[in-house]
Amino acid sequence: MIDPVALFLLLLSASTPILFAALGELVVERAGVLNLGVEGMMITGALAGFAAAYHTGNPFLGFAGAALAGALIALPFAVLTQFLLSNQVASGLALTLFGLGLAALFGKPMEGVKAPAMSPGPLGLNWIVWLGLLMVPAIWWFLNRSRAGLILRGVGENHDAAHALGYDVRRVRIAAIAFGGAMAGIGGAFISISTVLQWTEGMTAGAGWIALAIVVFSNWTAPGVLAGAWLFGGVTVLQLRLQAAGVRVPVQLLSMAPYLATIIVLVAISARQKFSRRAGGTAPGSLGQDFHALR
Amino acid sequence: MTDAAVFRARGIGKSYPGVRANDDVSFAVEPGEIHALLGENGAGKSTLVKMIYGLVRPDQGQMLLNGQPHQPADPRAARAAGVAMVFQHFSLFDALTVAENIALGMENPPPRRALSVRIAQVSQDFGLPLNPARRVATLSAGERQRVEIIRCLLQNPRLLIMDEPTSVLTPQEADLLFATLRKLADGGTAILYISHKLEEIRTHCDRATILRGGVVVDSCDPRDHSARTLAAMMVGGEMRPIDRSGRQSGEVLLQVRALSQAAPAAEGTALKGIALTLRAGEILGIGGVAGNGQDELLAALSGEIRSAAGTILLEGADLSRQGPEARRSAGLLAAPEDRLGHAAVPDFSLTDNTLLTAGARKGLVRRGLIDRPAARAYAEAVIRAFDVRTPGPGTAAKALSGGNLQKFVIGREVMQAPRVLVVNQPTWGVDAGAAAAVRQSLLDLARSGAGVIVISQDLDELLELSDRFCALNEGRLSDPRPTEGLTLDQIGLMLGGAHGMEVAHL
Repeated sequence: MIDPVALFLLLLSASTPILFAALGELVVERAGVLNLGVEGMMITGALAGFAAAYHTGNPFLGFAGAALAGALIALPFAVLTQFLLSNQVASGLALTLFGLGLAALFGKPMEGVKAPAMSPGPLGLNWIVWLGLLMVPAIWWFLNRSRAGLILRGVGENHDAAHALGYDVRRVRIAAIAFGGAMAGIGGAFISISTVLQWTEGMTAGAGWIALAIVVFSNWTAPGVLAGAWLFGGVTVLQLRLQAAGVRVPVQLLSMAPYLATIIVLVAISARQKFSRRAGGTAPGSLGQDFHALR
Repeated sequence: MTDAAVFRARGIGKSYPGVRANDDVSFAVEPGEIHALLGENGAGKSTLVKMIYGLVRPDQGQMLLNGQPHQPADPRAARAAGVAMVFQHFSLFDALTVAENIALGMENPPPRRALSVRIAQVSQDFGLPLNPARRVATLSAGERQRVEIIRCLLQNPRLLIMDEPTSVLTPQEADLLFATLRKLADGGTAILYISHKLEEIRTHCDRATILRGGVVVDSCDPRDHSARTLAAMMVGGEMRPIDRSGRQSGEVLLQVRALSQAAPAAEGTALKGIALTLRAGEILGIGGVAGNGQDELLAALSGEIRSAAGTILLEGADLSRQGPEARRSAGLLAAPEDRLGHAAVPDFSLTDNTLLTAGARKGLVRRGLIDRPAARAYAEAVIRAFDVRTPGPGTAAKALSGGNLQKFVIGREVMQAPRVLVVNQPTWGVDAGAAAAVRQSLLDLARSGAGVIVISQDLDELLELSDRFCALNEGRLSDPRPTEGLTLDQIGLMLGGAHGMEVAHL
């Protein structure tokens, strides 16, 4: 039998990496930047976090290092897109490839070593899981209630108007990109430090892409991101249980299930939202567009 | 020396690569004054006000605000110094609410509830009704402008800059705006008003500074001058009066019957039972506030959107189910509003752009092959006949200024000798000289026996050109009225875009 409470706790863990990455990307996209490099930033965080945790023996320092590494690897993307006005889609894809390659190269010495153990938080859940859950209302409050969040949304909605009102579009966007990188880094490190407990090449396994999809279909809201992450996490846990129970379905199909389920549900939701551009807020108006001011 | 002026500019200069945008500009705005800044497109008005608002830094000269040096590093500094600005293209955020938009334009906005109360209060004081919780995307153009104005008013500005504020308003909305401005001026605020609408400046402004080519050419009381002399100062020479003579209306050319169409896009407007008749030698003007079906009507007439059989007839032949190419061959031509991207391909040369619409009628394409010399010759002919300022037919369309490209795209259609020509916003964003040339070419075309439909938001233009006028409102076309004797007030009522006016007049 499957215990629903235990299953839910597992779901929380399984959804944490995507939750972090998607919340970060949510802030980035609300600022009007489309960063397709989430996967690359996650894998960078996974390696850097693991290495930092291993060398210091402190997993919390590992997560701090992962956040720093994620933000740092996002900076070239920020410079390319905000100062040199490179195409955001191409630069983001390059960031993903760059991060995957870099992590594979520097990860060689980390292969086969074990992560230091981490003391669990309340309810026996990982502290980082709690942090992720806390980030959902925090980011919602930041975006919808704070002055800084209002400016960030303004920049993402209409960068020309924001500039005309005297807001520094570039600075807001660079800060958002760095934040997105840090969040993706923490998400990636959760996989290496807290889930798998070791480093393997390509271990993020497409979680960054799922995070990107969730942001779009969440209608660019924090609660929507949480729902999407839980959906993915839930199906992941369920299919692992089914595999363990020896259900006679090919393993490949079961492994595919979380991705498939997430995409199907999200497409169904977005089909309904398609015509609500006027009524409700959807894509930020300046998403993915270059900004250049004449002085 | 005591300086009563709220704002004074002394010898302001600003250069961009290849352009001297402002040169030695000096003028002063007194408290309580509505001061017009008058000039053609490219005369340097926008650059000048951007410097006052801190968006652009001057190369030379000095600005004084209330006698203090005024060198804002950015718009926030300018706002802190007491300068507020309402932009030509609204600087609003569609997805945000009215209150959020206003908060973004303030330095230290009060908490949300207090802000909503203040918005309600100011909007009542000035008779500008607004609901702070509405999303800007759902507002009309006039209401959007109210958001901008209230955003400015909440900061108690000393100097309020308005950049071509009435270009998107109905006459009633414009009157309401001027009433508001007068109230403000009476309270001591100085207002700098940018426009090229001469009549409006003559009736409402106390003083006018006229810019031409980046230089102040004159400063006068606009009430003492006729619109003609103001125009002459603006363009530097007499304006040739428009020649409307020699036209007779003949047989019916175009008939549109019960044309209804669903909106092509979520943001579009549906056409509802449009009916019109156009005779040879006649110009039919269609007015209306943007977004009431202008683009859709042009698309339906040009053939971009096909309509139900029997709705569009040219000289008796049913063209409703035909595409644009077939309609062009039959003699029904169109020039859409958006020059770059719709009327012309930005990266194509002018020669290539002529091929897009004139290929069949001018025989520039034969057996599927392009006759390059013929195409170039036709492009050169258009350039010559319409005085398009460009190095040659090989220049990319996007390299031309708005006015020159507009002359080219209109010329490209006119010189194909159409039976019926439909134009949308033929002089939008075009300076006075080019606008006069485009209008005259439409009148000449009608004189030669063609029918012309002019869709425009510029009512002066419609009154000047058209024989009959009808209004487009939410996809419905009113019955046509003879233009002669029609007053702006009557037109305003026809347009019906008087959102919230009853409340406002209380």
